[in-house]
Amino acid sequence: MAKITASVFTSHVPAIGAALDLGKTQEAYWQPLFAGYEYGKQWMKDNKPDVIFLVYNDHATAFSLDFIPTFAIGTAEHFQPADEGWGPRPVPVVKGHPELASHIAQSVIQQDFDLTIVNKMDVDHGLTVPLSLMCGQPPADKFEWPCPVIPFAVNVVQYPVPSGQRCFNLGKAIRKAIETYDEDINVHIWGTGGMSHQLQGARAGLINKEFDSAFLDKLISDPQGAADIPHINYVREAGSEGIELVMWLIARGAMNDVAGGQAPTLKQRFYHVPASNTAVGHVILEN
Amino acid sequence: MALDKPYLDVPGTIIFDTEQSRKGYWINQFCMSLMKAENRERFKSNERAYLDEWAMTEEQKQAIMARDLNWCMRTGGNIYFLAKIGATDGKSFQQMAGSMTGMTEDEYRNMMINGGRSVEGNRFVGENGDAQTQNQPQGSAGKKAH
Repeated sequence: MAKITASVFTSHVPAIGAALDLGKTQEAYWQPLFAGYEYGKQWMKDNKPDVIFLVYNDHATAFSLDFIPTFAIGTAEHFQPADEGWGPRPVPVVKGHPELASHIAQSVIQQDFDLTIVNKMDVDHGLTVPLSLMCGQPPADKFEWPCPVIPFAVNVVQYPVPSGQRCFNLGKAIRKAIETYDEDINVHIWGTGGMSHQLQGARAGLINKEFDSAFLDKLISDPQGAADIPHINYVREAGSEGIELVMWLIARGAMNDVAGGQAPTLKQRFYHVPASNTAVGHVILEN
Repeated sequence: MALDKPYLDVPGTIIFDTEQSRKGYWINQFCMSLMKAENRERFKSNERAYLDEWAMTEEQKQAIMARDLNWCMRTGGNIYFLAKIGATDGKSFQQMAGSMTGMTEDEYRNMMINGGRSVEGNRFVGENGDAQTQNQPQGSAGKKAH
């Protein structure tokens, strides 16, 4: 049977991708941030998953205002890195896992979550920056990500976005779905986006370290408490784009302890301000 | 019955809800078109002509040509869509976000390096934080323009 062995949480700031792609990782501005991911990169090598279920949001890339799915699961064989206006990032094509993705889609819809099934979709920095942070840039002679990835896009752009509680419950359903997949594979579930940031208006640049720190505490030790946070608290305390943090609750809801198992082991907790406009948070939990 | 919109009293913030989205359909779809290199070229070579191909209001076109992102957002634009205009101009997200505050690029960058904007005084309209209406514009870029 398939098992979720770990969850990874990280911000997915586009400027991090640009810093990686332009070779700026050793600059004084960026060095402390990338140092915080050295542990995670080694951990990925030591704990290589067979599949990553990657929760992220599309930033007006694959989904314009023509279609706005709340939850979209990528069931394709391949996903191309998108041209977001600066040209596509020079990173590998993302290989999907159509069999597991279809299995999850069927199971989760039967558990009353109405997923949109997507067979053609480009993926933006929301998905590729976390892969770059955790996997590094693959070598030219083996230009591929270490394993297949199932993209799972959540609408956090147009309000109302799904509540933290709904995301948390969805994580529980995804866990059940993965555990009923017959093949013995090791799955990571990643939650990305956040932490505090606001990209608009006179309040642009808002950072709230106290909120972020309390959120990390809850995420790790009291996930139901994190799921109870209403939307308006994210907006008011963590900035209009801080609402992305609800996506972390999908990954957290899929961990064993939420279904009555043992508390996860904390392998990494990192926090840094700033990356461009944003507070960066990163956590690794093992089941 | 009125809809529940508890976010209307957050200062300096426009939440992109279904009402804003309806107003901003064409301005945002125009932005999406800039994800194609040939459209970026066409827009850059004659902005007005390219904008006239879209069913936007005149105000939305003026807001885009002025590169006034706060104005664009008031007319229904969303920052993730508007970012395609910034990308076309070779601007980073930080430059775009900073442009909405009245600060110069350096002032905004320094604020972020120093830990970002504090939430104190900026949670509710009517407080006295730096994002409140009575404290605009915030930086020397905005003061020059006024």
